[in-house]
Amino acid sequence: MSEPILSCRGLTKRFPGVVALDGVDFFARPGEVHALMGENGAGKSTLIKALTGVHPRDAGEAVLAGKSIHPRSPREAEAAGISTVYQEVNLIPDLSVAENICLGRQETTLGFIRWGAIRERASAALARLGVAVDVDKTLSDCSIAIQQLVAIARATDISARVLILDEPTSSLDDSEVEELFTVVRRLRDEGWAIIFVSHFLDQVYALADRITVLRNGKLVGEFLAAELPRLQLVAHMMGRSINEVEALQHREPPARPAGEPLVSVRGFGRRASVRPLDLEVRRGEVLGLAGLLGSGRTEVARLLFGLDRADSGEMHVEGKPAAMRSPQASLRARFALTPEDRKSQAILPNLTVRENLIIALQARRGIWRKIPRQEQDRLVSQFTRALGIKTSSPEQLIRNLSGGNQQKVILARWLATEPRLLLLDEPTRGIDVGAQADIERLLAKLRDEGLAIIFICADTAELARNSQRIAVMRDRAKVAELTGADLNEQAIMRAIAHGDASHPSS
Amino acid sequence: MKKLRLSPQTIPMVASVAVLIVLYVGGCLAFDNFGSLRVLINLFGDNAFLGVAAIGITFVILSGGIDLSVGAVVALTSILIAGLIGHGLHPLAAIAVSLAFGAAFGALMGTLIQVFELPPFLVTLGGMFLARGLGFVVHPESLSIDHPFYGDFVSQTLSLPVTRKLSIPFTAVCLVAVVIGATMLARWSRFGRNVRAIGSSEASARLMGVPIARTKILVYTLAGALSALGGVVATFYMQSGNPASFVGLELDAIAAAVIGGTLLRGGVGFIPGTLVGVLILGVIQTLIIFQGTLNSWWTRIAVGGLLFVFILLQQLITRRKK
Repeated sequence: MSEPILSCRGLTKRFPGVVALDGVDFFARPGEVHALMGENGAGKSTLIKALTGVHPRDAGEAVLAGKSIHPRSPREAEAAGISTVYQEVNLIPDLSVAENICLGRQETTLGFIRWGAIRERASAALARLGVAVDVDKTLSDCSIAIQQLVAIARATDISARVLILDEPTSSLDDSEVEELFTVVRRLRDEGWAIIFVSHFLDQVYALADRITVLRNGKLVGEFLAAELPRLQLVAHMMGRSINEVEALQHREPPARPAGEPLVSVRGFGRRASVRPLDLEVRRGEVLGLAGLLGSGRTEVARLLFGLDRADSGEMHVEGKPAAMRSPQASLRARFALTPEDRKSQAILPNLTVRENLIIALQARRGIWRKIPRQEQDRLVSQFTRALGIKTSSPEQLIRNLSGGNQQKVILARWLATEPRLLLLDEPTRGIDVGAQADIERLLAKLRDEGLAIIFICADTAELARNSQRIAVMRDRAKVAELTGADLNEQAIMRAIAHGDASHPSS
Repeated sequence: MKKLRLSPQTIPMVASVAVLIVLYVGGCLAFDNFGSLRVLINLFGDNAFLGVAAIGITFVILSGGIDLSVGAVVALTSILIAGLIGHGLHPLAAIAVSLAFGAAFGALMGTLIQVFELPPFLVTLGGMFLARGLGFVVHPESLSIDHPFYGDFVSQTLSLPVTRKLSIPFTAVCLVAVVIGATMLARWSRFGRNVRAIGSSEASARLMGVPIARTKILVYTLAGALSALGGVVATFYMQSGNPASFVGLELDAIAAAVIGGTLLRGGVGFIPGTLVGVLILGVIQTLIIFQGTLNSWWTRIAVGGLLFVFILLQQLITRRKK
């Protein structure tokens, strides 16, 4: 085992009201990928930010290659030898690939840009990673995966020794992730110490040599990846025993409830969006919607909620003909939709948790009947407790909350309207295991209370364990409906691939 | 050899060059003398002050900001020069004072925008009122410049003779020089690249070590100086200064920049494109003069229509990329 190039001991960072990082030790070794794991709020981002100088530490020491470092900005961290590639690509979309790699680095003579030198340097940096890209291309014309690789090329084009990858894979597809990993392994073999932050367990096990787990700002432990079983890792992250975790993962959904459907649609569709389909969902039932990205899952939810208008077919609510012509009509019918893109379509980032939570209820009451402040506070405290929302105060701005807590506030926003039908589009995307488990538990509880739920999820295992029926979408059409024994990953995948769960040969 | 290819960023520029050629050739076919060298030269000379000011505003737009004070600063500079010369100052000294004033005025607005994080729209709107009002304080009405420097030197000596009867006015020379200098600045200087980086993504630019404050203040300083230079060129052109002139010039300048392929959101744009935009406005104006019966306000209608077409084109390109 090689000596650590970066050794941190007793790192501590306090924010008003919380100790975000409490005496954490962390080591990065050359030629190793070291994964940093933990739920949201565990202290991962704070640790990264302390290392990169975004939030300088309050106590503890960081020693890089024998020298104590105190970065006060990402620039200083980079100069000291720690480069970072962030989750959202932090490059300049309108500049060329070459300019992005060389921006701010000795590329001028007497103030004039040496274009030739820039192109050469950028090409060389990309070639070292084994990536072939036209360096004159404008960055925004490249795919996200290529942009991510350009960010890595920039980060490794200086004589740094430590590379931090902060959730670099969250917007990549499988083959792009593999391409990224090839590059990361190459850098590891060249002797870089790589710190890898990710929510995806598969990716962590595919890439990491070592795993450090944080929980509530404290160090849980440092493990060799090969010696840490997955279940044990999840248990460490959640602070629960393995048995509890296992119980959570093997929950049997109850049988489909009897009764008339709450909502049913026949021949329901919209040109160029969703081909006519039949669907129904009963009270006390979770209907899963499966399918690949772009298969029409989200479009179905938008049609049902009236965000897009259906141009064929009919809809019945409790047996009576109904038409959702607008979100306002859906609100009156007590439908609720939590959209897929939390950041841009759900949260109102500059409003407080309280304001975000009551806004749908207020919208249903109309602008003239303001919800009294006392009632607002009661609702907020009720839902904060019921959903386990972690926020320093109801008056905290929602953008300061972690992704999982934001999602819970959005759920609370709609639950406050006492919906009959809940449309959840990827409610667990980009949030940590703990919050995910909370949301899955909540799903089951709401179902048992008699809500009709339509649950859209890309993770087939998650879909299978939470749904009583699953409608499978492919190429904007419903191709299968799975029940009973077919509620498993294999059947879903078969249906996505072949359009039919029971006959894999067809 | 690099392959010639149309990237989404260059399509608007190519489109505006095509529009310019179509309008110009159309004019040549429709009217006798439209294609004469004199008309072409005047196209540059008559629109020089607009062109110079539009180059300044292009840098501001590239950085993601806006400058509404341009027209007022041009007018203020013109009356300031006329007033100073009237008080006996040598024209060169008066020009130097005006340029320094324009730069300082821009720097002040840039500092307000940067240090107090104020919206550029409002700060430069305030600057616009301030400069417009100050012009009337300097002198309440049009003031002609009677100085041999203006009468003989600039109009005669500095113009480039082409034929015995025809010469290129110094204002056109100024415009071309500014376009060349600004193009170099935008493409080959660190400053120009930093401006584009900030306009494209200020947060990323900061993380990548671009000096944000310095660059942004410099951009408004440059725009102020170029507005003042526009005022200087305007005095060459009109041989007078007028505090009430050039109302709305900044909007023509913004239109020229946008038609020339600069995106109002910042980050993407071309200095030569702005010249093309200015020339398109000029050609439309000349066409309407040659036509003779149309009201001169038809220029505005044509520019309005053209603007709609170009922003639509830019939107379509951006959308197709998504």
